[in-house]
Amino acid sequence: MDDLLSEFLTETNENLSVLDVELVRLEQNPNNPELLSNIFRLVHTIKGTCGFLGLPRLEKVAHASENVLGKFRDGELTINPEAVSLILQALDTIKSLLAVLEATEAEPPGDDLPLIERLNLCAEGKLGGPAPAAAAPPPPATAPAVAAADSRPATLDELEALWNSIPGPNDPPAAPAVPASTAVVARAPEPVEEPAPSQDLVVPDAEPAAAKVPAAVAQAASGGNAGGADAGAEAATKESAVAAQTIRVNVDLLENLMTMVSELVLTRNQLLQILRSQKESEFAAPLQRLNHVTSELQEGVMKTRMQPIGNAWAKLPRLVRDLAHELNKKIDLQMLGADTELDRQVLELIKDPLTHMVRNSADHGLEIPAERLKAGKSETGRVTLNAYHEGGHIIIEIQDDGKGLAIDKIKQKAIQNGMASEIELASMTDQQIIQFIMKPGFSTAAKVTNVSGRGVGMDVVKTNIEKIGGTIEIKSAQGKGSTFVIKIPLTLAIVSALIVECAGERFAIPQISVVELVRAAADSEHTIERLKGTPVLRLRNRLLPLVSLQELLRLDDREGVAKTEDETFIVVTQVGTYTFGIMVDRVFDTEEIVVKPVAPILRHIEMFSGNTILGDGSVIMILDPNGIASATGEMAMGEAAGKEAAAVQTQRKEDKMALLLFRAGDTSPKAVPLSLVARLEDVDLATVELSNGLPMVQYRGKLMPLVPIDPNFSLGKEGRQPVLVFADGDRSMGLIVEEIVDIVEEKLNVQLAAERPGLMGSAIIAGKATEVIDAGFFLTQAYKDWFGSASTEAFDEEKLQRVLLVDDSPFFRNLLTPLLSVAGYDVTAVENANDAMALCEAGEDFDVIVSDIEMPGMSGFDFAEAVRHGSRWQRVPMVALSSHASARDLDRGRIAGFNDYVAKFDRDALLFALQQTLTEQKGAA
Amino acid sequence: MSNATLPSTVRKSRGDDLVVSGNQDFVTMTIADQMFGIPVLQVQDVLGHQRITRIPLAPPEVAGSLNLRGRIVTAIDVRLRLGLTGRPKDKPGMSIVVDLRGELYSLMVDSVGEVLSLTKEDFERNPATLDPRWREVSTGIYRLNGQLMVVLDVPRLLNFTTIETA
Repeated sequence: MDDLLSEFLTETNENLSVLDVELVRLEQNPNNPELLSNIFRLVHTIKGTCGFLGLPRLEKVAHASENVLGKFRDGELTINPEAVSLILQALDTIKSLLAVLEATEAEPPGDDLPLIERLNLCAEGKLGGPAPAAAAPPPPATAPAVAAADSRPATLDELEALWNSIPGPNDPPAAPAVPASTAVVARAPEPVEEPAPSQDLVVPDAEPAAAKVPAAVAQAASGGNAGGADAGAEAATKESAVAAQTIRVNVDLLENLMTMVSELVLTRNQLLQILRSQKESEFAAPLQRLNHVTSELQEGVMKTRMQPIGNAWAKLPRLVRDLAHELNKKIDLQMLGADTELDRQVLELIKDPLTHMVRNSADHGLEIPAERLKAGKSETGRVTLNAYHEGGHIIIEIQDDGKGLAIDKIKQKAIQNGMASEIELASMTDQQIIQFIMKPGFSTAAKVTNVSGRGVGMDVVKTNIEKIGGTIEIKSAQGKGSTFVIKIPLTLAIVSALIVECAGERFAIPQISVVELVRAAADSEHTIERLKGTPVLRLRNRLLPLVSLQELLRLDDREGVAKTEDETFIVVTQVGTYTFGIMVDRVFDTEEIVVKPVAPILRHIEMFSGNTILGDGSVIMILDPNGIASATGEMAMGEAAGKEAAAVQTQRKEDKMALLLFRAGDTSPKAVPLSLVARLEDVDLATVELSNGLPMVQYRGKLMPLVPIDPNFSLGKEGRQPVLVFADGDRSMGLIVEEIVDIVEEKLNVQLAAERPGLMGSAIIAGKATEVIDAGFFLTQAYKDWFGSASTEAFDEEKLQRVLLVDDSPFFRNLLTPLLSVAGYDVTAVENANDAMALCEAGEDFDVIVSDIEMPGMSGFDFAEAVRHGSRWQRVPMVALSSHASARDLDRGRIAGFNDYVAKFDRDALLFALQQTLTEQKGAA
Repeated sequence: MSNATLPSTVRKSRGDDLVVSGNQDFVTMTIADQMFGIPVLQVQDVLGHQRITRIPLAPPEVAGSLNLRGRIVTAIDVRLRLGLTGRPKDKPGMSIVVDLRGELYSLMVDSVGEVLSLTKEDFERNPATLDPRWREVSTGIYRLNGQLMVVLDVPRLLNFTTIETA
């Protein structure tokens, strides 16, 4: 059954049982407004959920009852037993409808007009004394189609059973049971499915009564196992099966269970410890069993509290769909990380804020299709929900690609509402202005739709999230959309943590924010250096800021715990885009821990996200990397813009490439992009064979040609020779070098194009003039057909035009990037069209796009179409790159929007095409 | 958390509680040779010496936290809370575990004595000249044979905001 439906059934059945009791109490104390409003609320909830799920028949009955209750509440009607029993009747009707719904997953056809009429009459106050019919039983649900199809001429016994099973015919004055049955018999041969005719509840008519029996009962009866009235009655009164599958348990109870289990685990650990010290023990086997059972029990209990966040999202697709209809928009809802687990309680609390924010995004954020087209976006707006763990928190992002927050409107509104003066606003950053939307009573929606814009908005969301200790952050880019980032601490969530020691104390660091561990000691390659006392670490040619945990937490070496030599471990930690190292004395194991909140008197210490009990029973504090990051001054919260900039920066930084430095031939150092090199090998010269006049080695079951950089270089006969192995597909080739010097990461900036074949040019790498090897040249030396024909001819013109290279093969990306750089282009390479589109949205600009055609996901043709139709890059020339270059492909490329089409291995043609395209473009401009 | 600033009339009504019930049972303890008492119903547990995890950056009165049957208990050094010097290292000390709004706290004292049943006749309000720090955390004094017992008010003892503002 649909999750939503079963949840609805469980909930509504629960509500109905409460209502039964409450209504009876109300009858006894008609003047209790609290009772009344509770009843009203429950009925209202039922009505609301029915409407939401598209169950019109239920909704109508609930609505009519709500009306009556509303009059009670407003004091327009006095509560009398007749009205109460009428409402109880309505509830019974709802119950029987629910039973059918549960059995068939569909609402039975028909309506309940008479009942509703009576409810309406009652609401209007026209229902006087007890009408003769008031005592009549409410009609149970009409038999659904299924039952009708199943039905066959019924026997008297069965019908009698059915008749008796109709709930609550406490006083059917006009039709005592026996005559009714006979009446049925008389008509039995007629198919019962006849559109359950009158639905008449005033006169208890035998035929509808039989027809109205819930499907379950009908089936049970026709199944032949109905042992008469008993079975039927039992079936009718039996509790909803769905409702019985789940029970609600107080969270405290679970909490207690959890505590007990933790204790059990500790005891088990102690027992196992004792066992280990004894060589042979008869306890071994049972203890082992205890061990397993305990582990499973622990897991089970922990699971009771955790739920995937997807549960809170289950209702959103429907919501968004309805919104799209109502607002005439096209909306695509994407949900990522739905299986991120989170504490049940937290989940419940963020459900509503989330729903609200998704609504907001769909309603205010996204534009109507026409506007979107005008803005050069695709018609369909996108709302993305993304949930993931980060640094001991759960992050939920709600992102839309709509128009973004209108800063001007927010300003106006802020002035209107007297929240700030114009002068104050003038000095505020956009980020600060955006914060206004979180203030109470703030809504910028020009039009109040019935979806949102009613002034209860983001402030409620914010309060709710802050209630559970979370934060909310807004990022917005005019015309590109807005992103809401909710950060919730994972109290009670289970995390894997790294246990470290500092100054004799142990701490846990959430594994999720740990990037790597580095050992720094006098004798290791990493040493801590100090800049005016501030420790830093060189890590792969970058400076990593270090934080001393001992200084940060003001830990003193108690009793002078001798500091173990000069050995320090560095936990490289990442918070957002900020990476730093935490210096600790020792690193232990990782352990699964249950995060418990710290005592209230310690909550102001932001270095800790909680504490926990380790397997050995000791209490340990959990470090909060976010707290440490902000305490060390690097991360300013709420500075979304800065973060964004940092993201762009890292992207630019990625232009840096790892280069392998080596020596070969002459003395000048040489470099080749590391990513091109598949492996570094040390070849025993004795194994080198000559074949086809070329030196070869047998390498991994294949022949691998060896190519020297210097053509005059002759291989020795023995000893070992370092070789750089280049591989593509199943072909590999070894480039003979003399010595591998280093691997550095640097921006490859070829300053002088070389004239010698095999060299791309010279660049400054690691402070020295270095020759950059054109690997492609040597590849063709080994295999003439590696690229078809190839020779390097660098175009060096005075231009630095930006080229976007889209190719899924890292090999070609790495090959073409330097080639194009040498030819004077500023190259940005991405591996697929989606990344390219992301760059487009991020506001990057390029002079020309070179794209592969065969790519997984979005193909080159699709990419070209996407670019040409409504992206910012509409006018950017595009060159297709493909291994297939038939005339047909060419045509297809042109249709898709490519300006030129080049065979993948024809590098000259590519350079020529680029030049050509760019000149054309210039001419056109 | 404004117990300390409640008007005296309200405080008295709290004290009345003790008075009305006639005999009341107290767990007694000694800190720096002074006897203190806590109503027995507020005490969850009495512990011997425990391994305590220090909590860096915490207020000095917070000695650390410990594991009591799977629950994390915050240990408070009552000596420091009362403005006395820290406990000498060679004395292990004992702890009384109390519950405050669902959180457990372990009050570290020098030693825990017996449970005394005391009558209201022996009860007296705090002398006006008592050290303000003590007056803040005490509801009154019992006159016993040969010594006086200070009744500790647990919520006020654990109200750290007043220390910070003081």
